[in-house]
Amino acid sequence: MKVHAPETLEQACAVLAQHAGALVPMAGATDLLVHWPGKQRDHDRAYLDLSGVAELRPLAWTDDSLKLGALTTYWDVLRDPQTARQFPMLIEAARQVGAVQIQTRGTWAGNIANGSPAADGVPVLMALDASVTLASTTGTRTVALADYYTGYRASVRRPEELIVSIEIPKRAYDITAFYKVGPRRAQAITKVGVAIAHASHAGGGGWRIVANSVAPTVCRCRSVESLLDEVGGKPFTAPDGFLTALRADVAPIDDIRSTAEYRLTVLARLLYHGLKGRTPSVA
Amino acid sequence: MKQPSEGAKLTISLTVNGKPMELTVEPTERLLDTLRYRLGLPGAKEGCGEGECGACTVLLDGLPVNSCLVPTFQARGRHVESVESIAPGELAPMLRCGATQCGACTPGVVVTARWIQQHPELTVDRTPRELMAGNLCRCTGYDGIMDGLAEWMNAGADKGGAAS
Ligand SMILES: Cc1cc2nc3c(=O)[nH]c(=O)nc-3n(C[C@H](O)[C@H](O)[C@H](O)COP(=O)(O)OP(=O)(O)OC[C@H]3O[C@@H](n4cnc5c(N)ncnc54)[C@H](O)[C@@H]3O)c2cc1C
Ligand code: FES
Ligand code: FES
Repeated sequence: MKVHAPETLEQACAVLAQHAGALVPMAGATDLLVHWPGKQRDHDRAYLDLSGVAELRPLAWTDDSLKLGALTTYWDVLRDPQTARQFPMLIEAARQVGAVQIQTRGTWAGNIANGSPAADGVPVLMALDASVTLASTTGTRTVALADYYTGYRASVRRPEELIVSIEIPKRAYDITAFYKVGPRRAQAITKVGVAIAHASHAGGGGWRIVANSVAPTVCRCRSVESLLDEVGGKPFTAPDGFLTALRADVAPIDDIRSTAEYRLTVLARLLYHGLKGRTPSVA
Repeated sequence: MKQPSEGAKLTISLTVNGKPMELTVEPTERLLDTLRYRLGLPGAKEGCGEGECGACTVLLDGLPVNSCLVPTFQARGRHVESVESIAPGELAPMLRCGATQCGACTPGVVVTARWIQQHPELTVDRTPRELMAGNLCRCTGYDGIMDGLAEWMNAGADKGGAAS
């Protein structure tokens, strides 16, 4: 095993470029080190340890956004009073990731980069219209998180790029909620989950419905969003009302954690009970 | 940390239980292994090796982490506190309340419990039970652990609070 431990972002990008694709970035290591002694093949790889790159650390507020450096952990967000006021949904999600020992090490960027369809940090970020900034020796670019994934554990990130930050625009939200369903409250991988946000339409708001564990990637449910957006449309009066639209948006499967039917049924109920009485389109 | 060559050992500085030290470690070494097999601090236990059980909990720069998921080289320049840093006398409330039976989970449990005890401000928005959810115990049914922690926190509060 070879470890590169750069101290600046510039060095980090340079080493990554030199080794074009052969280096594995490492942040909190809560995904990478699971069952480590048994992972001989992973021991033979080369790693880029990001933990010493101070530029990637801070959580910073600007006038119109919250910027999470790539090393920002769930715990950093949980201890930030302004996040609790501005984006309570980030707090809801952070406290449902693993348990404290995972929250203090796991990073939001690692959650995005790992690309699990069951990731709990990704739905809330996507529902808040977060964007991801990627950097390499040739420059930086910013992509909407909603456009980041291209398939199961596949993304637009090129091997020579690092996620350097995640930016969440401030908006006036009247509804935000995150629901996670797992076998128990802590240390559980999500069977089905959903993040819901509604902001005034001025400035690109509207509905955002983002589900996890029901498709190859965390995904926006655009059919449901547009039905909720329909002014004067027929209101949903039961969970099953969501099913047709959901079937167009998601493709749940049977696996060791749950069944497709359970996931779809529960997702519809989460939406219905989460929104009932809070908006004219769900009565 | 010097830039290593392939498979080479790494030399790092860190502080363990208040003692500054320089260590030469394998790049594949986990903090759990370094503590147990290099430093002779066998308190932290390997329960699951996948971050689920908390038996390997130590404090890294004052925050609880699973040492089975920390590559030792990431502890460079940082402060590690293992269960060995806790004076046995401090644990009286935990023992009195039946917080331990077989003991497999206990080193991790008391590291997390003492962290909560020393930071009562954490319980303003999260219950002690939620904060302890990463420490699994197959014996006690948790009530002894929660009672012991409550008593420990009260003892701290009587002394005018131990928050730091
Ligand atoms: C016991 C346990 C419970 C868990 N519970 C949950 C849970 O409830 N919900 C959940 O969503 N997840 C959970 N996880 C998974 C994990 O903790 C999260 O995905 C976490 O956010 C990963 O972040 P990290 O910094 O530890 O990533 P790492 O392990 O360091 O890296 C993860 C992946 O991302 C890549 N990467 C990291 N940073 C960057 C970067 N800046 N640029 C490019 N690539 C990068 C790495 O190469 C790797 O492929 C759990 C894990 C464990 C062990
Ligand atoms: S051994 Fe580390 S969490 Fe179980
Ligand atoms: S005392 Fe046996 S596992 Fe907790």
